[in-house]
Amino acid sequence: MSSLKVIQAGFAPTLQDFGRPAFQNRGVPVSGALDPVSLRIGNALVGNDGGVAAVEFRLVGPTLEVLAESVRVALTGTRSELIVEAGERVVLPSYQSVTLRRGQRLSVAPVADSGVAYLCVEGGFDLPRVFDSLSTYGRSRIGGFEGRALQEGDELPLRLAEVEARGELRLEDLSYLEERGPMRVVFGPQRDYFTDESAAAFLTSEYTISREADRMGMRLEGPALEHARGYNITSDGIVTGAIQVPGNGLPIILLADHQTTGGYPKIGTVISADIPRLGRMKPGDTLLFEEIDVAGAEEARRAQEKEVLKLLGALSPAAAWLDEAALYRENLISGVVQDGEIG
Amino acid sequence: MSEPVFLPAGDTALVVQFGEAVDAAVNRRVRHLALKLRESEQKGIVDIVPTIRSLMVHYDPLVTGAATLEAAISEMLHHEDAGEDAYRLWSIPVCYEGDCAPDLDNVAREMELDTAEVVRRHAAEPLEIFMMGFLPGFPYLGLLPEEFDIPRLFEPRVKVPARSISIAVRQTTIYTVECPGGWHLIGRTPVEFFDPFRAQPILVAAGDRIRFEPVAAGEYQSLRKAVEAGDYEAVSEEVAP
Repeated sequence: MSSLKVIQAGFAPTLQDFGRPAFQNRGVPVSGALDPVSLRIGNALVGNDGGVAAVEFRLVGPTLEVLAESVRVALTGTRSELIVEAGERVVLPSYQSVTLRRGQRLSVAPVADSGVAYLCVEGGFDLPRVFDSLSTYGRSRIGGFEGRALQEGDELPLRLAEVEARGELRLEDLSYLEERGPMRVVFGPQRDYFTDESAAAFLTSEYTISREADRMGMRLEGPALEHARGYNITSDGIVTGAIQVPGNGLPIILLADHQTTGGYPKIGTVISADIPRLGRMKPGDTLLFEEIDVAGAEEARRAQEKEVLKLLGALSPAAAWLDEAALYRENLISGVVQDGEIG
Repeated sequence: MSEPVFLPAGDTALVVQFGEAVDAAVNRRVRHLALKLRESEQKGIVDIVPTIRSLMVHYDPLVTGAATLEAAISEMLHHEDAGEDAYRLWSIPVCYEGDCAPDLDNVAREMELDTAEVVRRHAAEPLEIFMMGFLPGFPYLGLLPEEFDIPRLFEPRVKVPARSISIAVRQTTIYTVECPGGWHLIGRTPVEFFDPFRAQPILVAAGDRIRFEPVAAGEYQSLRKAVEAGDYEAVSEEVAP
């Protein structure tokens, strides 16, 4: 079986695709990539459809060994570099596909510029889908590799034993990683559970992402918001980006692994166009909120989709990384075989 | 009946809220709308999540928009009929004894009833699944008689055993997997409501009804063995309105 073997896990990496949005009516959280835009770009670089599951990680990426003839990979979400151990140590840029061979190891330099990064592989992983998705949802132990974060010694089965020899691709314009500005928010569904003073403070104050941030949600530090009608509602639906405010008044932004329903009032919702950027933020980062209406939010999403499609159409040929030692060995072996056939 | 209101939930979901309190009639309107909306095959809907008193419609903003959905749903509400829908009725065995029911004595004391009477009233009538939420396959059922209107635990448990039957605020739930929880545990079922390795991983859906069938500890043990061996299938029937 062809696989990628986990030599070192790094910081709780999981497999993520676009998640399982259609099963919330049965209580199943969506999960999926925190930054779906970087996942799509990474998949495009290795020739996959946008939603093929990739390894998602933060801070410290995994070290993987290639147990296949060859595998094409790309790193996205970060400007940190991909490191290949192939006899010698070769450092390669992110946002560029590269083909590795059996026995080579890849790892990632510490990711300091982003809260999340992706290692995409051509063809993806040969693992069972649960509720139409490969996304890992650890709390219920479903999806991904045995429903959990990757551990040392895991062997992730690959769909392709070998990849075609063809030109590598890169994305030159990484400006989407640098987008700043306030997180745009639609007020509601429970804006009326907060005082007007609190809603105003929410829009004018700087919030800091606390250390208690994971795939389920980001707790924020900043001015506490005051409830006008208590902090309990009859549980209703929750959408990715919902900002719920429990009794202590400190907002929590719910991310991909959010529960499907909840009983704290939600002052507003971060719009879908800003979710990938939010997903790339990390503890200690600060953010501001800005109000937008639903029509404006839907328009922002369409505009973002145009930008993403432009990026996906702008992939350019990359200089192949020449693993000369491997090439030499290959030529030597095929030469011997040919001689034998002729003889 | 009050008019439902539309509440925004960003640009990927819309809330149709029928009321603010837990009410069986309100919940029936929610589920009825969910059913009609599913049948309507409106473009761009990603999921329809009925909760106790509101419906969350998840949508793809690249395909549809809140204004389009609101118009379509308003039209449906205009033709709302209060008729009963068909439902699935489940018989679920529950052991209300010993280790299976760590909070039963306290609950009985709070309700000023003896434990046998609490069990009798909990299992007296089939209960409706108002919503699925919290965890995969996790149902919220109600409404229990008024005497079950007791608040959640002051301090939630760190670990609730899987398959625990719990009560609080006139509702009852089944913890599908081991997890933290703040409801009172009065029984346990041998049946798995969530099993990722089963052909149908999630047993029940919002709108189904459940009749709890009290079983003694011995029978619970043998049923549990049958479930673990894959020799047990939960009993249910389709009930016409």
